[in-house]
Amino acid sequence: MFEFCTDPSTLDTLPWMACYLTTGKQFGFYSAFGTVLLLLAITAPVSLAFGFMGAMAARARNVIISVIGKGYIAIVRGVPDIAFFLFFVIAFDQLFEYIRHKIKCPDWSEPIRQGNDFVVCAEAKLPLGSAPQWVHETYGFSLAVLTFAIVFGAFAANVLFGAMRAVPKAQLETAAAYGMNERQTFWRILVPQMWVYALPGLGNLWMVLIKATPLLFLLGVEDIVYWARELGGTKTAKFTDYPHGDWRMWYFFALLVFYLAFTWVSEKALDRIMAHLTKGQATTAGEAQRRAAA
Amino acid sequence: MKKLILGTAALALSAGVAFAGSHSVVRMGTEGAYPPYNFIDDNGEVAGFERELGDELCARAELTCEWVTNDWDSIIPNLVSGNYDTIIAGMSITDERKEKIDFTENYTQPDPSAYLAMSADADLSGGVIAAQANTIQASFIAESGAALIEFATPEETIAAVRNGEADAVLADRAYLEPIANEDAELSIVGEAVLIGGGVGMGVRKSDTELRDKFTAAIASMKADGSLNALITKWEIGELF
Repeated sequence: MFEFCTDPSTLDTLPWMACYLTTGKQFGFYSAFGTVLLLLAITAPVSLAFGFMGAMAARARNVIISVIGKGYIAIVRGVPDIAFFLFFVIAFDQLFEYIRHKIKCPDWSEPIRQGNDFVVCAEAKLPLGSAPQWVHETYGFSLAVLTFAIVFGAFAANVLFGAMRAVPKAQLETAAAYGMNERQTFWRILVPQMWVYALPGLGNLWMVLIKATPLLFLLGVEDIVYWARELGGTKTAKFTDYPHGDWRMWYFFALLVFYLAFTWVSEKALDRIMAHLTKGQATTAGEAQRRAAA
Repeated sequence: MKKLILGTAALALSAGVAFAGSHSVVRMGTEGAYPPYNFIDDNGEVAGFERELGDELCARAELTCEWVTNDWDSIIPNLVSGNYDTIIAGMSITDERKEKIDFTENYTQPDPSAYLAMSADADLSGGVIAAQANTIQASFIAESGAALIEFATPEETIAAVRNGEADAVLADRAYLEPIANEDAELSIVGEAVLIGGGVGMGVRKSDTELRDKFTAAIASMKADGSLNALITKWEIGELF
């Protein structure tokens, strides 16, 4: 990176650090922060959508749909996250490949399960064996997002289900009195009012989601925890220009600061959203807001 | 009958084409945390003995190869489920592993393993010995009668000795030697232990074609001495 970096062993601490922190390896670490933020940015809205559909299904009149919705919430909430993370990623991958295999290679005669191996024809492989590395990484990342969304969607569904029931009955009855049908009542009265009840629960979920991102490493995505462990490990002079002792503590300390700062910012943002949602609501906080303004 | 034969022939042919096509790119799975075998260099690339060996093998077998890293713990399951096509990660050939995957011919001799400890009189037979999980060294300690503590990465096994959690660590000598040379507190103690049947590349059992290609390439590197040159360069151990 810098010109004086040609022989790091001769450098003082400060320029040495400057060189060390700008090696290609370190940039892998920095970009992993982007990976984590990207995961959050995609996963949060997708899980919210999963949650919304789950909640709608759970309170449906149709018994079958309601059982599906409630079953989804109960099963995913009841099973440890880590089991789901390991299960879904492998199961999805094999399911997708199996479907593609059935469509693309109908003439295939060999069994798909050969001992331990899961063998599908080359055209059905996901991603294709010839695809460049970034396609593989994106595919793995998408599987991770989907898994996160399913798991956190169940919790969000439970929160939203409760929030929908917390909206005062009087509001819904008034809507009916105005001649709104059920669909109109749902979209115009219930949904806009439920957010204020849902937000504390959703806010909690967001915090848990932030802290759950190190699970990415389990799914084979090289996230910040992987890099912190790799970079922090002892490096002997034989294999690097920048030998150092066991620095994992410092790397993990940097992660700690990152996560703390991030949750702190989130909390501020959630407070503002809460204040906004409370406006004009028939809740104690809404009433207090109205009085303060008057 | 004729139709049947024709059909079978066509099937065999198309299967053959599909198979050859399946390895237009061979994905090489490694751990990237076990110098000198494999590690991540300053540029963030996979480097080491196995990187140079693997690139040369791919050139000889006329394959296009791509390197990916994977955690040691899940390196066999991810090979089997097809995330990559080979394991080239200092993996010794053992009967237990052969039940799940196939190996190419070995490209190192059975590697002498060594103990690394803080003091020369560490209790190697009855004390607490650290090893990386799912390694031949770990099973060796489990059978030897010493107390075994396992860690997911080689790095953590060394850290356990430094902070006194373990009396010594058992690992490949080639991995421990640079550490012992650099750290005055740590030294190699006791006698070397010979375990395992040498290091080979792991491939899926269903992938016999790929296994044979790499075995042939390894044999040709053994024959012309270029494998010995690499082993010497990276100080891996015994020559062929």
